[in-house]
Amino acid sequence: MTEKKHIFSILVDNQPGVLSRIAGLFSGRGYNIESLCVAETIDPAISRITMVTMGDTQIIEQIKKQLFKLINVIKVYDLTDERSIQRELILIKVSAKANHRAEILRIVDIFRAKVVDVGSDHYTIEVTGTEDKLDAIITLLKPMGIKNITRSGRIALLREPK
Amino acid sequence: MELTGAQILMRAFKEEGVDTIFGYPGGAVLDFYDELSRTDFKHILVRHEQGAVHAADGYARASGKVGVCLVTSGPGATNTVTGIASANMDSIPLVVVTGQVPSPLIGNDAFQEVDIVGITRPCTKHNYLVKNVKDLARIVKEAFYIARSGRPGPVLIDIPKDVANSKAIYDAPDTITLRSYNPTYEPNLKQLQKVVELVKHSRKPIIFAGGGIILSRASDPLIEFSHRTKIPVTASLMGLGAFPGTDPLWLGMPGMHGTFRANMSIGEADLMIAAGVRFDDRVTGKVQEFAKHADIVHIDIDPTSIHKNIPVAVPVVGDCKITLMHLNNLINKVELGDLDEIRKPWLEKIRKWKETTPLKYIQNGSIKPQFVVEKLYELTKGEAIITTEVGQNQMWAAQYYHFDKPNHFITSGGLGCMGFGLPAAIGAQVACPSKTVIDIAGDGSIQMNSQEFATAVQFNLPVKIAILNNGFLGMVRQWQELFYKKNYSWTNMSFAPDFVKLAEAYGAVGLRATQSSEVEPVIREALSIPRPVIMDFRVEQEENVYPMVPSGAAITNMILV
Repeated sequence: MTEKKHIFSILVDNQPGVLSRIAGLFSGRGYNIESLCVAETIDPAISRITMVTMGDTQIIEQIKKQLFKLINVIKVYDLTDERSIQRELILIKVSAKANHRAEILRIVDIFRAKVVDVGSDHYTIEVTGTEDKLDAIITLLKPMGIKNITRSGRIALLREPK
Repeated sequence: MELTGAQILMRAFKEEGVDTIFGYPGGAVLDFYDELSRTDFKHILVRHEQGAVHAADGYARASGKVGVCLVTSGPGATNTVTGIASANMDSIPLVVVTGQVPSPLIGNDAFQEVDIVGITRPCTKHNYLVKNVKDLARIVKEAFYIARSGRPGPVLIDIPKDVANSKAIYDAPDTITLRSYNPTYEPNLKQLQKVVELVKHSRKPIIFAGGGIILSRASDPLIEFSHRTKIPVTASLMGLGAFPGTDPLWLGMPGMHGTFRANMSIGEADLMIAAGVRFDDRVTGKVQEFAKHADIVHIDIDPTSIHKNIPVAVPVVGDCKITLMHLNNLINKVELGDLDEIRKPWLEKIRKWKETTPLKYIQNGSIKPQFVVEKLYELTKGEAIITTEVGQNQMWAAQYYHFDKPNHFITSGGLGCMGFGLPAAIGAQVACPSKTVIDIAGDGSIQMNSQEFATAVQFNLPVKIAILNNGFLGMVRQWQELFYKKNYSWTNMSFAPDFVKLAEAYGAVGLRATQSSEVEPVIREALSIPRPVIMDFRVEQEENVYPMVPSGAAITNMILV
């Protein structure tokens, strides 16, 4: 069976230890976490965990059921095949020598990114978008010399019917 | 009126109908023990916390109630882990209360501090660290609810010492509702209609029952279903007793040490109705070959059990008892034809398998362990509660003691935990004081928790321990013989205490049989003594458990006697 990336949106009780239960489930059963985002929802008693994982249909089915079996898990949505909005945020510290500055700013402009910090020989760029878009900007900035990168991991929400 | 945390715990136990607590005191639970002395709970003082959990497990299985343990922090808590893991694998409802260092010290590596909530997260159904005494009553109520509902399991509550001795109003809800936990009891009737259709058209059906039948008390509807449809029944180790072992439709246990007819039936069946099972690898052998001609119906309350190991044709999520009762209603409304005629070729085939290749062993003058189990069966008229240790003793007990009723066979099935049988027997005897309770043990595993003899003697629990003493870690030796060229690396256990003297040292009675003719008199004498008795049966040293399916092979590929 073929493995596929899946994005889960998991609503959980906002309590200490819940993330550890979920992480423990994944490590204990040999599932893989590619990225993970956790934050409170509008209801402070509930947190949303957005997680990207890999697996074939049978594994993904098990992951879904095992997650739901945890007492603190309220809902599990698989947003992979749904119409969902997915975003990731990235901060890139790129070396910005005088001869590269204009080029970097052009790229920033094209990607609707933002320069959030400037130094004598670097820019720190903030950009949000889908995974593809972020991969693309990284490719373009690489020749300038990327000093550091941090990625947020993916977050997603279901699109409501129009 | 405000109560202390300790008083709240005792009151919460009372409200949950607890009558017995298996425990061991220590610094972090002094407040609980102080309060306990002013209650009328029966407290069984074990000699090791692992024994407390296994005893609570045996108590829960024999009584159908939630088993309760109370232990201290640190080593007291870590000693419970094996017992909790065993109960978790076998879905046994327990509430384990551990003491914890005072809240302000948590995280400081305080004396006898351990993160037991972290340690037991993967081997409990759920666990709690109580941070505020105001939450305690609710948490205990939730813990019992979670332990006994849905697919049961152990729940641990870690209570810091300052929570035990600070005060709050007793505040628990009348009923527990958790938005994130709602087990499905009622099956989808459309799925059951499909099952009825499959039953109608099947020519080689079998039923595969498991521990879920016992946990949901579904034996009666299971028997009714089998008798109505004339479908033969096999049951996993955890399911033994769910269907009468003396019924003509009984196939015996399947799997690695299953009967020839059970394994062959699974290999040939065109329909398997599996209820309350999880298709453990010891049952399925090579999964691709397992029941490969059969449409599999899988009834289970835990959705994660379904499609986990074996793909099934008709999944049914629901409680086994409720589901089988619905199924009986549906099946009673349809015409199944002349079942005597329809089932004849299939049942005839099974009868021949049983006739040509029964469970057997060869008598040769020495004591055969199977013979001991047969004699125990005969002399207790099949009515004893049997607990086991793990290994050959466990398999021979499963094969040769024919359980007619549920809750009579108590064994560590999933975890396969040596040292389980004696404390479990103690717990079962507490639950059923008038029953004969026998631990069928090996000389290796009995030594893992033999300290609990003291508990049995102290509390006048007349458990009988039948040690099938072969001087080896028998099952491991058997694998070494068959698959490691007889390289008996460290499985020789010929250095052991004199079990008769050991019994006497504890104030129990010790008996020994060294030849076949002594087996029956020893058992008779043991059964007549209203005190704990150890029977030391010096059995054939290198006897093997057969049939045996090599690990990873198809279950129809059996090594026979």
